[in-house]
Amino acid sequence: MSDSAPVGIVVEVDLPPLPVDPEYAEVGGRGMAAKYNLKQSGARPPLFEYARLLWARRHFIITYATSINRALYSGAKLGQVWQLLTPILNVAVYYFVFGFLLGTNRGVPDFILFLVIGVFLFNFLQTAMVFGSRSISDNLVLIRALHFPRASLPLAATVIQLQQLAFSMVIVLIVALGTGQSLSWKWFLIFPVLCLQTMFNAGCAMLVARMGSVLTDTSQLLPFILRTWMYVSGVIYSIYSVISSHNLATWMKYVLQYNPPAVFISVVRNCIMTVPSKASATASAVAAAAKANPPVTSAAQIAKNAQTTYNGYVGSLASPSHAWIAMILWAVLVGVGGFVYFWKAEEQYGRG
Amino acid sequence: MAENTAVADGVAVQGDGENGGEGETPELDALGRPKPSRAEVLERRAKRRTAAESNPPTVVVDDLNIIYKIHGAGTGRGSATGALSRIVSRRTAPTIREVHALRGVSFVARRGESIGLIGRNGSGKSTLLGAIAGLLPPEPGGGVFTDGQPSLLGVNAALMPDLPGERNVIVGCLAMGMSKAEARRRYQSIVDFSGIEEANKHALSLPMKAYSSGMAARLRFSIAAARDHDVLLIDEALATGDAKFQARSEDRIREMRENAGTVFLVSHSMQSVRDTCDRAIWLDQGKILMDGDVDEIADEYEAWSKR
Repeated sequence: MSDSAPVGIVVEVDLPPLPVDPEYAEVGGRGMAAKYNLKQSGARPPLFEYARLLWARRHFIITYATSINRALYSGAKLGQVWQLLTPILNVAVYYFVFGFLLGTNRGVPDFILFLVIGVFLFNFLQTAMVFGSRSISDNLVLIRALHFPRASLPLAATVIQLQQLAFSMVIVLIVALGTGQSLSWKWFLIFPVLCLQTMFNAGCAMLVARMGSVLTDTSQLLPFILRTWMYVSGVIYSIYSVISSHNLATWMKYVLQYNPPAVFISVVRNCIMTVPSKASATASAVAAAAKANPPVTSAAQIAKNAQTTYNGYVGSLASPSHAWIAMILWAVLVGVGGFVYFWKAEEQYGRG
Repeated sequence: MAENTAVADGVAVQGDGENGGEGETPELDALGRPKPSRAEVLERRAKRRTAAESNPPTVVVDDLNIIYKIHGAGTGRGSATGALSRIVSRRTAPTIREVHALRGVSFVARRGESIGLIGRNGSGKSTLLGAIAGLLPPEPGGGVFTDGQPSLLGVNAALMPDLPGERNVIVGCLAMGMSKAEARRRYQSIVDFSGIEEANKHALSLPMKAYSSGMAARLRFSIAAARDHDVLLIDEALATGDAKFQARSEDRIREMRENAGTVFLVSHSMQSVRDTCDRAIWLDQGKILMDGDVDEIADEYEAWSKR
């Protein structure tokens, strides 16, 4: 008796005939299943039942996310300090490259604040999708051992990132107050925006979670797609300035403006940042004129420059018209779509 | 199953039992309790089997065929361009090979039954458990029907390896559908049952990936056993525990069986199967060879494997 026993070996024992359950002999397997209301094992529940089951596991999702978050940096010497340090370093890198080396900040007031908001909000989407795509394959043991709606896992991945975003938003507030923005009621609008973005991200996470569970190459490919997405989302530059300075087809302008992360980012920027007054634009134009070589002396030229600077300020914070409707549409469309798409393969997760 | 011959089974096995040679002084089990006498064991088992006969079924396996498709057998991963074109055209890889792991398996399990699956490596025991758990798609025509959702306990690593043991307990309970309060209430009994703190006081604050396989298996079983399952599938999960824990978990399995659940146990330890199961199914090459009273089947199997 060994593993290498060739297939086809005959077990030489005199075997009694297999006993058959009398009821099974009478009505057959399907008949018994119907009689005792048995379900096909692993069959997926109907959509609304699934949503109800998922809601019943909300404590699991949140506790799981919190625990993972707490365990995340437990191996590092600095421990939980990394919760704040990671986003700070993240922004520092972008600021160094795009603000300092390349000088993309032209025409954007408060470039740091502009950058911080963009980087953090996009990072929320990016990490939710990266971790979402791995959420099934990383948790195979859990999936096989315990039974729960599998959508809990990509949702937990989103909640983990939402919790990290909370730390990042603290940094945003500090930077905003530090760069002279003053607290206003509009700041509270970021809560509904973030709710909508969470819904959007959860949809994206469920979408890639299903893809990642079937095609393991997804998690290799995703970082490249996400990086491209980031560069077209106006994270480190103002979309308005691209649209106004380049001759783009109309549809491309719409795509750039209504690209979901771009909408979320521009609305949050609008909530926190205020456009500097015309006077400050003039002041900076005058200062620039004095510094320029040769110095600009024509008053008309300075006024024109001041107007350009002011337009840049306004443009950098421009969000597309009907931005709120766009956000709601994106959140519902992708959130619900991702959920349905994930649910359709519910019985296949953890197989193989 | 075979319930019309249950009494005959009992008699036949009683004959075998005499070979076991029980002495006058009662033997003690790993927990230091006197073992019930052989006759008592057999009498209780016969009673349970007769009772289970009229219970409603929990698992109906109906002409189950499972075929594994093995990708890239032979030529490794295949060429990159070939893989890409396959993905684009949604064709399946030419190197797929099929392994027919279960061939037309049928049986019925009822409430209160505990069934040991025995057979040599590669006979399809774990595949059968996976199929009952709904993790493997059956071939069309046959199927597995279950009452409620079966839970599968395997040998593999920790539930959530990065989380400390205590979080594994709480999160595991929540995943099984307990409320927060219930999870907190059960926490201590789960920890006590696992006996992990006896070995190392700080074990529960360590990430589970730091656990030995035995400790991880103990905690995993304790978490899963905290709830009564309609159908619990145990795949060698107890093999790494020590004698004392095995005795305790076998107790728990019996208890679950008494609470009208159905337990399936895959084990290569015949003693463990005999101690916890009333019925055994002997699988070989994806087919059921024998199905019936545990002692009868285990004797045949042991006699066969010694040949």
